[in-house]
Amino acid sequence: MNSLINWIDARFPLMSLWNDHMGQYYAPKNFNFWYYFGVFSLVVLVIQILTGIFLTMNYKPDAQTAFASVEYIMRDVDYGWLIRYMHSTGASFFFIVVYIHMFRGLMYGSYRKPRELVWLIGMAIYLSLMGEAFMGYLLPWGQMSFWGAQVIISLFGALPIVGEDLSLWIRGDYVIADATLNRFFALHVVALPIVILGLVVLHIIALHEVGSNNPDGVEIKKKKDENGKPLDGIPFHPYYSVKDMAGVIAFLIVFAGVMFYIPEMGGYFLEAANFVPADPLKTPAHIAPVWYFTPFYAILRAVPDKLIGVVAMGGAIFCLFLLPWLDRSPVKSIRYKGPLSKIALFLFAISFITLGVLGLLPATPMLTLVARIASVIYFAFFILMPIYTSIESTKPEPERVTMK
Amino acid sequence: MSTEGVNKGRRRFLTAATVGVGGVGVAFAAFPFLAYWQPSARAQAAGAPVEVDISKIELGQRVTVEWRGKPVWIVRRTPDMLEALPSNDGHLRDPASDSSIQPDYAKNPTRAIKDEYLVVIGICTHLGCSPGYVKADDVHNLGADWKGGFFCPCHGSRFDLAGRVFQGVPAPTNLTIPPYMYLSDTRLLVGEDKGAA
Repeated sequence: MNSLINWIDARFPLMSLWNDHMGQYYAPKNFNFWYYFGVFSLVVLVIQILTGIFLTMNYKPDAQTAFASVEYIMRDVDYGWLIRYMHSTGASFFFIVVYIHMFRGLMYGSYRKPRELVWLIGMAIYLSLMGEAFMGYLLPWGQMSFWGAQVIISLFGALPIVGEDLSLWIRGDYVIADATLNRFFALHVVALPIVILGLVVLHIIALHEVGSNNPDGVEIKKKKDENGKPLDGIPFHPYYSVKDMAGVIAFLIVFAGVMFYIPEMGGYFLEAANFVPADPLKTPAHIAPVWYFTPFYAILRAVPDKLIGVVAMGGAIFCLFLLPWLDRSPVKSIRYKGPLSKIALFLFAISFITLGVLGLLPATPMLTLVARIASVIYFAFFILMPIYTSIESTKPEPERVTMK
Repeated sequence: MSTEGVNKGRRRFLTAATVGVGGVGVAFAAFPFLAYWQPSARAQAAGAPVEVDISKIELGQRVTVEWRGKPVWIVRRTPDMLEALPSNDGHLRDPASDSSIQPDYAKNPTRAIKDEYLVVIGICTHLGCSPGYVKADDVHNLGADWKGGFFCPCHGSRFDLAGRVFQGVPAPTNLTIPPYMYLSDTRLLVGEDKGAA
């Protein structure tokens, strides 16, 4: 065994890769529950790629046959229903774990110096994931697929001058049509997965270069022992690799529970209207995007102007990119920040969830008003951040990590 | 490595020339990939006009036909509906249809060639959903003074029975009127007007 490793090592940096990323990658010893979700997102990525490959073996990216081919997979292909439900459940779980993973970053200041690039690459993954999910949702060619894509592509039409030509170029036809379906299929199964995989590799390389943050937000690299190892660090393998295994198994149990018993999640993971084939002449009475897009959709709907609505929606995502430079607090973690930051983060989380719920409901004047208030809070979290993080008094960060 | 005798000027020139020529190549190579996404010749050709028999449309009824993949509605408006139209003017964003799309022969108060028949593309000018047809006496929650019109389920835009958009909704302009013409009293041709505009 050793001689084989030596043989490889003379030709490929096997042991140094292993040591850099697993065996001698020192992670803070005080990781808590929130730190499982990065690994969970990797697990879901693997599930999506594996099940996606199998789905393409029977799926037909053609407006005439797409809907029927999905039903064929569901009814006639052995275990087709299972592979399809794994993929559709995986899509929603991807966003659940990514949103929790991002919220963890917000709480503990994981976007702060020196982890700005980790955050920005992560945001690029999030954007690619939204594109991937959006294009994937068109493929079953149901009513929601069709009208959801119609609305999202029309968003580009709101841009001045180039807008209409741009949305025509994206669709490849004057309406959502076979050309659109076929190119979305190509992007969904080839182009974006490659981009996402590449970004995930970059995300991990950047993270392992600067080292993981932790719930206390203190840099473990500041206190090292005589061998240059962080005093508060433990090697990722075996400590976290084993711990993560246990977490992954618990996660997969929950995943399987949803997949087997409520794969449609009452119409939230797979919307009822999407079991009707796409009809270009009739919009379903109530259309809403899949739940993971609804916070931004609610912001779009709250603005009574087409262009400003689209700009607000894009701005809501763009704000997240700026976080590393908006936060002026001397401490990273919410544990040591002042009350203003705690209130702001709490209100932000509430406004995000409120917008997410509102985006699922039909627009009434009352709900539109609520959506407007929630949108203002959402943006205020970012716009006021340089102010409230610099004027509030913070608690002193500890020298070493704590184990509470 | 010795750097003696290196001609830096020549090095810079070669680098710049490579970048320049390569850049032109990249630009030319990118074009076909971008143009590949434009509507194909087949998609462009599939826009034939549609003939519609309007003799069987009841008063107040809406029928939907497909033209260029889009829903086109033909609504036979009752005299009551037509009388109510001017009373909406004060609540509309573009009552005279100045910034909306329609052929010149439909740029009038009822937005139609013949007042009775509204011919309109049933695609919301906001984000492309197809609004629902909600008459005044249908069950709705659009307010007691709703005189009938179209309501978009996606983002709540409202239009009157001439396809004119109300204020305070996301849609920026009135529904688009397609080119159309009467072949006879009972036959309509949607998508073609023989240059009548």
